[in-house]
Amino acid sequence: MSAYIPILLFILVAVSFPIITILIAKLVQAGRHDPVKAEPYECGIKPTSEAHDTRFSVRYYLIAVLFVVFDVETVFLYPWAVMFRKLALFGFIEMFVFLAILVVGYVYAWRRGALSWV
Amino acid sequence: MLAWFLANFSAMVFYCLAAVAVAGAVGVIAFRSPVHAALSLLGSFLAVAGVFVLLHAEFLAAVQILVYAGGVMVLFLFVIMLVNVRTLTGEGQYVRRLVPAAVVLGIVLAVLIGVGVVAGGQGAVADPAALTAVAGVPLGNTEAVGWSLYRDYLLPFEVVSLVLLVAMIGAIVLGRKDLGAKEGA
Repeated sequence: MSAYIPILLFILVAVSFPIITILIAKLVQAGRHDPVKAEPYECGIKPTSEAHDTRFSVRYYLIAVLFVVFDVETVFLYPWAVMFRKLALFGFIEMFVFLAILVVGYVYAWRRGALSWV
Repeated sequence: MLAWFLANFSAMVFYCLAAVAVAGAVGVIAFRSPVHAALSLLGSFLAVAGVFVLLHAEFLAAVQILVYAGGVMVLFLFVIMLVNVRTLTGEGQYVRRLVPAAVVLGIVLAVLIGVGVVAGGQGAVADPAALTAVAGVPLGNTEAVGWSLYRDYLLPFEVVSLVLLVAMIGAIVLGRKDLGAKEGA
């Protein structure tokens, strides 16, 4: 269980950081509130809708799906990296094949323009 | 007192995590705002990851955080932001029609859990030693998973990359078709 002390420290820092930041901001802020200040940031242009009404472009969803696919790929890299020395060259070639197949998908995404914005 | 505390430490951690997981799951259906419901689900996911750690399934905990709290939650939040579901107001009429189905499924689930608890002590259970040892040498769970995944289950592992490839290409093919209609959005 003592192996989890670093993780607990991480969680402690991660939780206390926003709390401390908000507390310090509360202490040092001037407290002058203004409706204009509360508007969603729209690159200097007057916002056309409320923040919670703003719909995101559907293009983001493709990026999100691709992110999930590569996220799952990362999951397989994790135990492989832990066992890398024991698996030796066999494991290296194995992961190379795994990644090569996924690079095909990556090249396809690139060529189809799924990663480009315009 | 201290001895009792130390002896029951993992049980107490489990009940705390289980309470957070159940509260998060209730929050998913109780919160009116979809974003709040999604964040509640995130809390539930993280608590379940903690339960996995308690069970010495560290790899599963990492997967739970990486894939569920990371990837799946991103998809949920994107759907919420894409389709612009505002805070739900009033009772959803269509939900009432699902009440009988929910009752039946709840009873079935309760019976299954009951059978599982009663039969849990009998029959074949996966050997915990196999999940925390490599070739007889005790090691971490992640190492054991890595060892069996990359040695014994080589072909399924490589097939996974094909499945991921199909998912990626499918998403691009469907997504680009969708994008064509929404050009200039």
